[in-house]
Amino acid sequence: MSGGKDIDIKVRIWRQKSPSDRGGLVTYDVPGVSTDSSFLEMLDLVSERLMEKGEEPVALDHDCREGICGACSLVINGVPHGPRSATTTCQLHMRSFKDGQTITVEPFRAKAFPVIKDLVVDRSAYDRIIAAGGFVSVNTGVGVDANAIPVPKENAELAMDAAACIGCGACAAACPNASAMLFVGAKVSHLGLLPQGQPERQERVLKMLEQMDTEGFGGCTNMGECEAACPKEIKLEVIARMNRDYLGAKLTKRPKGVEKGGGA
Amino acid sequence: MSAIPMTSERPAFGSIALKAVMALTGLVLYGFVFVHMVGNLQLYSGPEKINRYAAFLKATPALLWGFRAVLLGAVSLHAVAAIILWRRNRAAPPDGSASPDLQAATITSRTMYWTGPMLGLFIVYHLLHLTVGSVHQGPFSHTDVYSNVVIAFSNPAVSIFYVLAMVALGFHIFHGAVSLFQTLGLKTPKYEKPLKAVLMAVSTVIVVVNISFPIAVLAGLVRPVAS
Repeated sequence: MSGGKDIDIKVRIWRQKSPSDRGGLVTYDVPGVSTDSSFLEMLDLVSERLMEKGEEPVALDHDCREGICGACSLVINGVPHGPRSATTTCQLHMRSFKDGQTITVEPFRAKAFPVIKDLVVDRSAYDRIIAAGGFVSVNTGVGVDANAIPVPKENAELAMDAAACIGCGACAAACPNASAMLFVGAKVSHLGLLPQGQPERQERVLKMLEQMDTEGFGGCTNMGECEAACPKEIKLEVIARMNRDYLGAKLTKRPKGVEKGGGA
Repeated sequence: MSAIPMTSERPAFGSIALKAVMALTGLVLYGFVFVHMVGNLQLYSGPEKINRYAAFLKATPALLWGFRAVLLGAVSLHAVAAIILWRRNRAAPPDGSASPDLQAATITSRTMYWTGPMLGLFIVYHLLHLTVGSVHQGPFSHTDVYSNVVIAFSNPAVSIFYVLAMVALGFHIFHGAVSLFQTLGLKTPKYEKPLKAVLMAVSTVIVVVNISFPIAVLAGLVRPVAS
């Protein structure tokens, strides 16, 4: 890395001591930030300086810092993951900001993502949606031959595109209704497009959506905010596919006790 | 698996099931709005034609009330599903939080919660105005719909109100129509662009034609029947 310079910025950071604390924005002057540093490194710098003064560092979620784990979050200047498209917070660099700029940093906002402390939110709601049906059941034992089950190339690619979802929660945080439908759509598409996902396909979409509603996420009003915020460029198309699967499952899934016949 | 266990209850209706109700009832209402616009075009063919058409629509009471029941049912279900979803959507973001900055939303998508109730009120007014006649200013006739319309739109205030209502209608039915295809899972990348173009064209035609009626009356192109 070269060509970087130092900029002086102000950050307004959401500070909240505990889940029950009211919380609020606190402004910090941050002089001497290298434009080569990442956004999280800039926040690390803020925390270091706070600790030097004996104050609490800023709590935030982060893990791989390579843009693939889905741990980092943050609403930066009103936009989940900040101003760069298809970029997670950890991959956002300070060169995207100007000298003298004030940057507002808030946690991902959804009632289903309660704030634990400062910028850390509890995203277990997404885990519970996955646990409700976002998986395939496979027998353990001898590994299956790589190409034993044919997969149409297009489906393989679409499934891969949907599987790019890292479950970070930006979709719900960007949505005025705090809807999680882009996330659920991605998971339903990813598994439903593959042969291995077929046995549990109907069960999956019904249970995941039931869990999504139970968690208190809102519904889709087709504004496209989730698609714009998604760091993995998941498309609204996955929501259409999920809707198709859901309505199909609702219409064709036999309730218990209905006679089985030979037909559809 | 979860750090904090879930305690809330599953809502009685799935949000996509409710959205499907909105989509299907919306489709019925879209169809009605289109046919209503086409029928109204007969205003330009003079009083006899449109009055005969009105008489034809009212000729078989069972059919007339059947259609009215379907429309009332569709509007009611549309509104009830919308209210349930709206309450849920309002409850989903944290209390008192600023709404996120919008990047992709359009004027039609962000105004749905406004245009919906506005249209609900407009429908009530419109029925009292030109079907029942109770808020119609001037003589109202159940058989001479031509004169009712001409008298009504001769008042500029009434005309402006109708024009504004039709703009709201245009916003609502364009976003609604695109959304209904998405909700029913029928919006696919293959057809998305032509679908949007067609829906935009049809919605625009509905609005422009409907707006042309009050303008034509005010401009003197559609005149009162000489008595």
